[in-house]
Amino acid sequence: MNINFTKYSSVYYIISGILIIASVIALATFGLRFGIEFAGGSKMQVEFQQDRPTNEAIQEALKSFELGDVVVQPTGSNGAILQFKEVDEATHQKILAELSKNYPASEKSFQYIEASVGQELRNKTELAIFLSLAAITIYIALAFRKVSRPVSSWKYGITSLIALFHDIIIPLGVFSVLGKLYNVEITIPIITALLTILGFSVHDTIVIFDRIRENILRRGMGQFEETVNWSLTQTLGRSISTVFTVEIVMLFLFFLGGETLKYFALALIIGITSGAYSSIFIAGPLLVTWYKWANRKAVLTAGK
Amino acid sequence: MQQKHYIFAGVIILAILAGLYAYPNFFNLGVDFLNSKLSWTLPNFPEKPYSLGLDLEGGVTLTYQADLTDIPDKSSAMSGLRDVIERRVNLFGVSEPVVQIQGENRLTVELPGVTDVEQAIQMIGETPYLEFDEQRTEEETTQITDKIKEVQEVQNNGGDVTKVENWTLALENPYFKATELTGKYLTKATVVFDNTTYKPQIQLQFNDEGAKIFADVTKRNIDKPLAIYLDGYSIIDTNGDEKIDNSDLYAPIVQAEITGGKAVITGDMSTQKANSIATRLNSGALPVKIGSPISQETVGPTLGSVSLQKSLWAGILGIVAIIVFMVLIYRFPGLLASFALLIYVAIALALFKLFSITLTLAGIGGFILSIGMAVDANILIFARMKEEIKSGKGLDQAIDEGFTRAWPSIRDSNLNSLIVCGILFFVASSFVKGFAFTLALGILISLFSAIFITRVFLQIFMGKWIEKAKWLI
Repeated sequence: MNINFTKYSSVYYIISGILIIASVIALATFGLRFGIEFAGGSKMQVEFQQDRPTNEAIQEALKSFELGDVVVQPTGSNGAILQFKEVDEATHQKILAELSKNYPASEKSFQYIEASVGQELRNKTELAIFLSLAAITIYIALAFRKVSRPVSSWKYGITSLIALFHDIIIPLGVFSVLGKLYNVEITIPIITALLTILGFSVHDTIVIFDRIRENILRRGMGQFEETVNWSLTQTLGRSISTVFTVEIVMLFLFFLGGETLKYFALALIIGITSGAYSSIFIAGPLLVTWYKWANRKAVLTAGK
Repeated sequence: MQQKHYIFAGVIILAILAGLYAYPNFFNLGVDFLNSKLSWTLPNFPEKPYSLGLDLEGGVTLTYQADLTDIPDKSSAMSGLRDVIERRVNLFGVSEPVVQIQGENRLTVELPGVTDVEQAIQMIGETPYLEFDEQRTEEETTQITDKIKEVQEVQNNGGDVTKVENWTLALENPYFKATELTGKYLTKATVVFDNTTYKPQIQLQFNDEGAKIFADVTKRNIDKPLAIYLDGYSIIDTNGDEKIDNSDLYAPIVQAEITGGKAVITGDMSTQKANSIATRLNSGALPVKIGSPISQETVGPTLGSVSLQKSLWAGILGIVAIIVFMVLIYRFPGLLASFALLIYVAIALALFKLFSITLTLAGIGGFILSIGMAVDANILIFARMKEEIKSGKGLDQAIDEGFTRAWPSIRDSNLNSLIVCGILFFVASSFVKGFAFTLALGILISLFSAIFITRVFLQIFMGKWIEKAKWLI
């Protein structure tokens, strides 16, 4: 059995194109909500002994502290996470006392980060993302350096980079929308998840490219399109199985893992699904499209 | 017995030891039960707790930034600061506090189980500052006292003090000024007793550099007083009113140049007082200034244990689901791979324990992810094996081919993940470090488990019988 994956290449490109454009628009209009580890500020998780007061009631109770924009996010059955500007420990205790006076509550956790530390972390994270992307591209170009025909090895690198871009931009778009709707923030765990998606998506792409490399060596360079389709068919079972096993554990983590790991798991679920899609429907077909396009150009030039 | 049987036996022994080490509770309960019933004396398997991060155990993490301007030897100043703060936190009575230097000028203090954060911050941030001041010249003294008078007059007339020329001079101590000798050079302070009067004294010992400076300072101040201040106040209560304030001044007259770096503080004080001053000096000679913490993270003990429970459940259910999936799709080899996966989990947990790797939420997240990824290598190999069997190869050959052919993909993809882990580990914050480390460890063990353990299992259990039960493959 040989599934003709590349037959509907344009459909895949359109689907991905729409998703990417939607993500870019979401990012451009809503932007990303950065957590306090990047922006600086205070974050306080409390659990109310009685029913959780409304967000407005909580904001009203803390008005006298002039905390700027107090963001209240309900958690669990009667807990809430409050976020506000940086305060020192004494003020923190006063805030807790004031809140408890109105609505008896116990504090579950408190985090405070100065803005300068946040900026530093942002720079570090940018560096990490840049280095990861560079390392992955170089690695792929090196790993496929022996397969320079009929498609040169750097094209494998570029194609997987496009697939990577695809897998990062879509989760970012989703988080931008979630940030707008539910105050979901870009925190360190989510950045970590995104970087893991980089590794994972490349993981998938490499397995497929590896098969293409092997099949080219085995079957010769002719019929590149058939070779790619054949390779995708052979690796399909493995792609589905692997994505499935990782998604299972991440789904459990999403539903059971508690506040910190919840969105970490969600980012991975979105990214890995997108990664599996892009490895099969974007990376492989893109190689073929590129190959055909280069061939046509060569034919045209030769015909002149 | 063939070689593969030895390897198999080795794998089983390793798995049992790792499993017992990772979770000895049931085994030890069984041993205790047998011992009590049959009066045997079987030994228990050694128990060692996992080391849990503060986000799971509850506690507070404080990060400080030291002011290192004007300090030439930054790294020694930082390690000095760490030592002092370590001593202070130990006085606080916290179990297993961790004080670490981060980067060039950061210090993190981890206090497990501490709930009174305000007190902890006060205790750490308290900066008893020891200084030795020499007398000013008369000229300087009149200058300052005149300025103080001038400023006071302006103030009394309701004028703006800051408009007075050089008004800050009025804030200076008119009689003494600081020397280069500070608490930075203090090695230790001890309480000793005078040989004749038996009164307690505090003996200060300076380091070599401090000894030189002390010799210099004493040499140029012979027959003059040298005032000793702690936190800007006299070090002892000199006027006997039971409190130390501006009216006290401890300034003994220097008799001669003192070499050898030893100074003795005498005065009317009880042994208890002397001890408390010595303790303050020992714990208090902060070499550099730190302000209030630049970041703080407090996790209540209940939240930590709830997070731990939740993520453990997620992990356990995840493993069960993977096993069901593997057995359904890959049948007999899937079952073998499931055993390999369990051994993988046991080895990973045992290593976490053995090397006291601190488990944080991030680390557990990374580990759970690595469980999902660990089966990937197996899936690659089995998929290959199936293909080879379909193409008509014999079983043994198909197993071997499956491994050799799947290897380049496994190598390339895992190397890539390891590269990303490495970058994460060296570039980013502690959450990311914990994640990257456990994920990398997980990937390495999973490679071992897939390539080595699953292979031996396949070689041992996939015998001739399976040819008759093809549906199992």
